[in-house]
Amino acid sequence: MYVAVKGGETAIANAHRLLADRRRGDRALPSLTIGQIIEQLGLAVDRVMAEASLYDRSLAALALKQARGDMIEAIFLLRAYRTTLPRFGTSLPIETGRMQVERRVSATYKDLPGGQLLGPTFDYTHRLLDPALLDDEAVEEPALRETDGTPIMRVSDILDGEGLIEPDGNMPEDHLAGDITREPMEFPMPRDLRLQTLARGDEGFLLALAYSTQRGYGRTHPFVGEIRMGLVEVEFEVPELGFAVSLGEIRVTECQMVNQFKGSAKAPPQFTRGYGLAFGQSERKAMSMSLVDRALRTDEFGEDVVAPAQDEEFVMSHCDNVQATGFVEHLKLPHYVDFQAELDLVRRMRAKHAAEQTPDTDQQEAAE
Amino acid sequence: MENRNEGFTGGFPDAVYNSQTVFRTLMDCMARPGSLGLVTPELMPPSPLGIAAGALMLTLCDHDTPVWLSPKLAQSNVAAWLAFHCGAPLTREKSEARFAFLEAGAHLPATGLFALGTQEYPDRSTTLVIEIEAMEGGRPLNLTGPGIRDVTPITPRGLPADFLHQWTDNRALFPRGLDVVLTTGRQMIALPRTCKITALEV
Amino acid sequence: MNQALQSSPETGRKRGMDLLSRATRPELEAAWQALDDRPAHEMLRGPETGLVMVRGRIGGGGAPFNLGETTVSRATVRVADGAIGHGYRLGTDRRAAELAALFDALAQSEQHQPFVEEALLARIEKRQAEDAMQRENETAATKVDFFTMVRGED
Repeated sequence: MYVAVKGGETAIANAHRLLADRRRGDRALPSLTIGQIIEQLGLAVDRVMAEASLYDRSLAALALKQARGDMIEAIFLLRAYRTTLPRFGTSLPIETGRMQVERRVSATYKDLPGGQLLGPTFDYTHRLLDPALLDDEAVEEPALRETDGTPIMRVSDILDGEGLIEPDGNMPEDHLAGDITREPMEFPMPRDLRLQTLARGDEGFLLALAYSTQRGYGRTHPFVGEIRMGLVEVEFEVPELGFAVSLGEIRVTECQMVNQFKGSAKAPPQFTRGYGLAFGQSERKAMSMSLVDRALRTDEFGEDVVAPAQDEEFVMSHCDNVQATGFVEHLKLPHYVDFQAELDLVRRMRAKHAAEQTPDTDQQEAAE
Repeated sequence: MENRNEGFTGGFPDAVYNSQTVFRTLMDCMARPGSLGLVTPELMPPSPLGIAAGALMLTLCDHDTPVWLSPKLAQSNVAAWLAFHCGAPLTREKSEARFAFLEAGAHLPATGLFALGTQEYPDRSTTLVIEIEAMEGGRPLNLTGPGIRDVTPITPRGLPADFLHQWTDNRALFPRGLDVVLTTGRQMIALPRTCKITALEV
Repeated sequence: MNQALQSSPETGRKRGMDLLSRATRPELEAAWQALDDRPAHEMLRGPETGLVMVRGRIGGGGAPFNLGETTVSRATVRVADGAIGHGYRLGTDRRAAELAALFDALAQSEQHQPFVEEALLARIEKRQAEDAMQRENETAATKVDFFTMVRGED
């Protein structure tokens, strides 16, 4: 028999009211503004945009405020919002080579055209808490320096000149870029779809996988060829005009990870590359993504799948934190009927078990 | 100038509510094959596209649905209208089309050339929207199948010449196959792939 | 003669639309208010907010892949003289998209083109160049100057 139950409306309404209260916190303190979140918690905003797979700083900040700073909840909110909007189309591919660079470093070449530009980085800070931030102390304006106008060349183009590095990844001529938000996942998955999945994947999950490849779970010997962060133009081909117009600029972070490769039956010794690209200033994410991208390319290089980071189905199926949290968190919702059934089953199994045990014991005793 | 404008005007006055209304109408028609649906919103698709066919285009087609147009429609302002209001890509490959539109009197290509879906995803097939002359006055046909209690008689006038023959082939593919909507002016009737059509002797 | 009139109509229009997508809402409102003869107009589409899928390239320059979506607002208007204007911009500001569409339509008439150029396009272009220069100089100040340390004796 199945008994449907209802109830809890008042409890739910009051729980949400209490949630709103706790979110707001002490009314004596001013409420956070969206502008403050965008300006002062910008990297949290960036992470929400990257993993929600939706670029909109204001909405990401709103989501963060509404979610009380819970990143995955904020990502979930933004993902839910995007499903309410029609899609106008697809942009032309952004050209990271023409980026208005705000940071660019290479670990492989000291002197490279355009130089090492540190930008706004946590690197080289001492990781000491700064009590000055307890008060609203004035912050210095950034230093300025004239530029010599040298184009900031892509590091992969430097190595490419010698033929020592694989070229940018190409797909077969007739391949149309797939879209995981439109078609269900199928394995094996082409690299373009893997990159889309990784770009929206959970930063923590990808970081752990990337770390595992460095610790020996999958063969890699990586160098950061280049990390660049800055503004790129988004251009959109407008059907009614017959030409592409610019929609504005977005900030992205790109990582070119260069890996030594000894060569195999399929490819000669060379440097191979893993690629990472993420919305916003999301360096850890872009780096992790590039390591995992490279690890997953076992098929192209004839490598054996021996580690989790190389297992396409495992990585692709588990890197989305909205899916993951949905399945894990649903366990706390009422399962009363399922559990009653299990309870009944376990009782019966125990009774049967006990019934079987008893004669056994008797026999054993008899034998002794 | 006037010609160019035709691609821009004549869309739904209220895109959200109008498309929901038309979607509901189509859904009811699909659920009860042969029943007559009426498109109420004011819209003016470029000729030779009919009002109901235009309403279906605005309601169903978007960026993710490649559309095939009959040669005559493809040369008309319908192509620009489709691009502006729906953002849907045109395709010359019938097998890539999620929707296909034919004006009244257009030649019906072999239905097997359109997307017929796969066993795993039978929904990935083309929906054909065919304009006819009138819903009455044609050869009497009886519809039977899911969504029909006993039998629904229809008398469409101006069906493509070998439509009935092709429909028999289409039925044999089930669960794969095309779905068809017949339109004339503001009216539509739906013929989902489950529908059996029997021609009555006149 | 200004740049827009010297170039082909298409590149002139593209330049205008590109710049209008960067205009702030206050800039657009101010220019609209400053217009003496605000034309009657009808909306042909929108203003509406939707999504555009942003593509990247594998390895930075290879085959395209879908990176993620962005919000985009757009509008299409027809002004009294029959000109049709389109406004497209990142974000959810539909009013700004509508105003951008109006100015795109106005920029197509000889009568209003100089106003649009002066009140909006030239200003946005200047502000954009200044912002880019500022950012570039801020970034350049964080450039590493390496000093070669000589070790040992020769």
